[in-house]
Amino acid sequence: MATKTERPWTWTEGDLTATRTCRWSAPGCHDGCGVVYYTKNGKLVKVEGDKDSPVYQGRLCPRCLSLPEIVNYDKRVIYPMKRVGPRGSGEFERISWDDAYDLIVKKTREIQKDYGPESIVTMIGTGRNIWGIVPYLTHAGFESPNFAMGMLAGDSCYLPRAAIMGAIQGDFTIVDCAQQFEARFKDPRWKKPECIIFWGNNALVSNPDGFMGHWIVDCMKMGTKLIVVDPQATWVATRAEYHIQLRPGTDAAVGLAMLNVIINEELYDKEFVDNWCSGFEELKEHVQKYPPERAAAISWVPAQTIIDAARFYAKSKPAAIQWGLAVDTQIAGIDVAWIICILRAITGNLDVPGGDIMIRGAYDAPIANAASVWGFHELPREMQEKRLGVDKYPLYKMGFAATSNGDCCLEAMESGRPYPIKMLWLETTNPLVNTAAESKRVLAGMQKVPFIVNVDPILTPTSIAVADLLLPACNSPERDSIRGWWVPLRSISKVCEPPGEAKTDEEIVLELGKRLNPKKFPWKDVKDMLSWCIRKSGLTFEQLEQQVYKFPDFEYKKYEKGLLREDQQPGFNTESGRFECLATVFQEWDVGLDVLPEHREPIESPMSTPDLYREYPLVYTAGGRQIMYFHSENRQQALNREFAPWPVVKINTNDAEKLGIHDGDWVWIENFRGRIREKAKVTPAILEGVVHADHGWWFPEKTAPLTKDTENRLHSGPDGPSGLFGGFEANANVLTSMCTTGPSGYGAPIKNTICKVYKAEYGLDDERNVAEMLRLDLNVKMAEVV
Amino acid sequence: MARNGILIDYEFCTGCKTCEMACKVEHSFPRGKNGIVLAEVGPWKLDSGKWQNSIVAIPTDLCDLCEDRVKAGKEPTCVHHCQAAVMKFGPVEELAREMAAKPKTVLFAPR
Repeated sequence: MATKTERPWTWTEGDLTATRTCRWSAPGCHDGCGVVYYTKNGKLVKVEGDKDSPVYQGRLCPRCLSLPEIVNYDKRVIYPMKRVGPRGSGEFERISWDDAYDLIVKKTREIQKDYGPESIVTMIGTGRNIWGIVPYLTHAGFESPNFAMGMLAGDSCYLPRAAIMGAIQGDFTIVDCAQQFEARFKDPRWKKPECIIFWGNNALVSNPDGFMGHWIVDCMKMGTKLIVVDPQATWVATRAEYHIQLRPGTDAAVGLAMLNVIINEELYDKEFVDNWCSGFEELKEHVQKYPPERAAAISWVPAQTIIDAARFYAKSKPAAIQWGLAVDTQIAGIDVAWIICILRAITGNLDVPGGDIMIRGAYDAPIANAASVWGFHELPREMQEKRLGVDKYPLYKMGFAATSNGDCCLEAMESGRPYPIKMLWLETTNPLVNTAAESKRVLAGMQKVPFIVNVDPILTPTSIAVADLLLPACNSPERDSIRGWWVPLRSISKVCEPPGEAKTDEEIVLELGKRLNPKKFPWKDVKDMLSWCIRKSGLTFEQLEQQVYKFPDFEYKKYEKGLLREDQQPGFNTESGRFECLATVFQEWDVGLDVLPEHREPIESPMSTPDLYREYPLVYTAGGRQIMYFHSENRQQALNREFAPWPVVKINTNDAEKLGIHDGDWVWIENFRGRIREKAKVTPAILEGVVHADHGWWFPEKTAPLTKDTENRLHSGPDGPSGLFGGFEANANVLTSMCTTGPSGYGAPIKNTICKVYKAEYGLDDERNVAEMLRLDLNVKMAEVV
Repeated sequence: MARNGILIDYEFCTGCKTCEMACKVEHSFPRGKNGIVLAEVGPWKLDSGKWQNSIVAIPTDLCDLCEDRVKAGKEPTCVHHCQAAVMKFGPVEELAREMAAKPKTVLFAPR
């Protein structure tokens, strides 16, 4: 169904050219908002929201509005650059693209011959518009099975949720905010959710996984009520019917108690359970172990709140659950995701209007979709089985994995087992200040990889610390691309030329792919490749650009209509055809995984490590966000830094008083792995006993190169700043741990460890910070010039 | 001539700062200055157990209600881009009548 609009795709306004399109990465976020780009003489001068976008109606967040500052930034990497000084020196020299590609191909052939293609690992950042093309480059180009999220502990970014959804229900679900209908809320098939549970995300700020957080506000205005599960009283929590303000990492206990109430009080949808679920009786018996009182003792949430919230949710028809990273970033990640899937199913909210709709990518486009495995299954079986994580973690072995496991990548780097990593391809990911937990350990591990390529529009701490070859990437307005995550299908149109010789991710992948394995990269150019990817839509890329959006047909209750299974029979896309409360696939594989979800106490916590807790008496949760930033992006922008200049740690009013900390003080946050500084925001909104730190912080205005001592160890010299753009000064992941996941390999305790907090003498904005001797004690041997 | 203003439903303003950034980039206001600035009240708890947590965007003396944009048939940029869709631009008499129907609204007439 074509999108009708009175306005043409592109027009002039005075001396400006205007173009309707969508923005995705770089820079990123998980949405692809409708924009109008204004260019003058080929330069991007302004971005506005596209009022004709059925998905966003002209609304934009601050990051799209300040996009010209990113695109026109004068310190972008604009040529391929080869490292000529030691790693950490920041000394690079320009080379040609031909020389860069030649070097990559040479290294690839050497590694394929001497070690096997599996020793080549590619990594991307989250929410990137490269989810399909980089897997394809990995599997079809490098012929390696190893595509990963940048050093991410426990693959704790959507993937735990994706894995369990695959195992027990066969499809992804999202909250029904009518994003699948061109007429949106006015579509007669849509119903408003009576209740939405916000579980483990602050969607107004994070807009996760294709969901525009402010759609929740649209629903609230229509009368939707909220339940919020969050240790912080966020904006939505302050307006919720029930705020389940829990200790970080105890969501499974709370969720199992909610199931206890809903099942025991028979508030579930009996018809759906009888006809479409399996394992319900076992589940019912299982949740008797989790009465609300037990969950209360574990989670610090009053039992009555859990009971009332469970009843309210179960009685609200329809209802939906919007989830996010806090579900993944705990060792019980799989369990929490599982419990939430069960809640949706047994309350009869799966794939109903106003509930949690089952969704696939638009027109099966292999690129521009989350968790794409494009090219993986064409690898020989033995090569697929070499994927890092398959030999160690059951879910990976069972095929419920879209990536190589981040912890296993680190272990391979450190130990050479099961095999060494000889090349790392980092495409628009900044692991050292973002995805990697236990940052200092990862810095050391990555040093052992002899050849590292970093594709990025700018220099990051990762670029300086480990990259041997820099490839300049384009930003979104300089890029022809598409988005098929989830729906509608959207075009992304190039409206301006990049500076220097920067190339788009598609160009790099296609050009390199043709040199590595031309048979697998047959498209003549990027537009040809894009048109091939969207061929099921009936449109070419150029045709899609004219209308920007195309909505595939959508049906509710696909499980009744035979629209989910390959055999086209009614049922879910699981072996049994049913929604599986009890994971029969875990039983069949007999891999030592629990067949029902459990609470798992965080490994460093008041209950697990009471002795350590005496010295580190605050629960530390990280991953805090400010709207001006998407993960580690946007720090180079004067505009965004004006509104939000420094990293913030939220500390409860009572805790702050006991520690003599006032609002705005710089504080050290410390545990047994290191310490960082952030600015304290003293507030009653964060749960007492918990501190909530911003993540992803580094400071492009600080110095890049590292100084080393005589033993070639990294530290700051007598008059040198810490280097790496201050990437370890406020990096929340200095305190967290790698290789400490849940039993499935999924879910790392990134948002739940312990710490202590004390006032700092001065902060990162102080002049003295520039010249001080910071004892970083990274103790890492720098690799020599390759 | 009718005076125009901006009606804001601050029950639903989420404090996303889109209005602040939109104004800043539209008018290239210098560092530390802007045509609209958010004021946050709370969060603190009321006796009822509910939270006081309001954010209100306040047009400053630099605000000209995006005169040039309005002349070209567009809305002021803050109104256009507001993610919560809580801002409305128009004659103050009309907007004032809407205030009667909805609590937690505020009407600004900067000029």
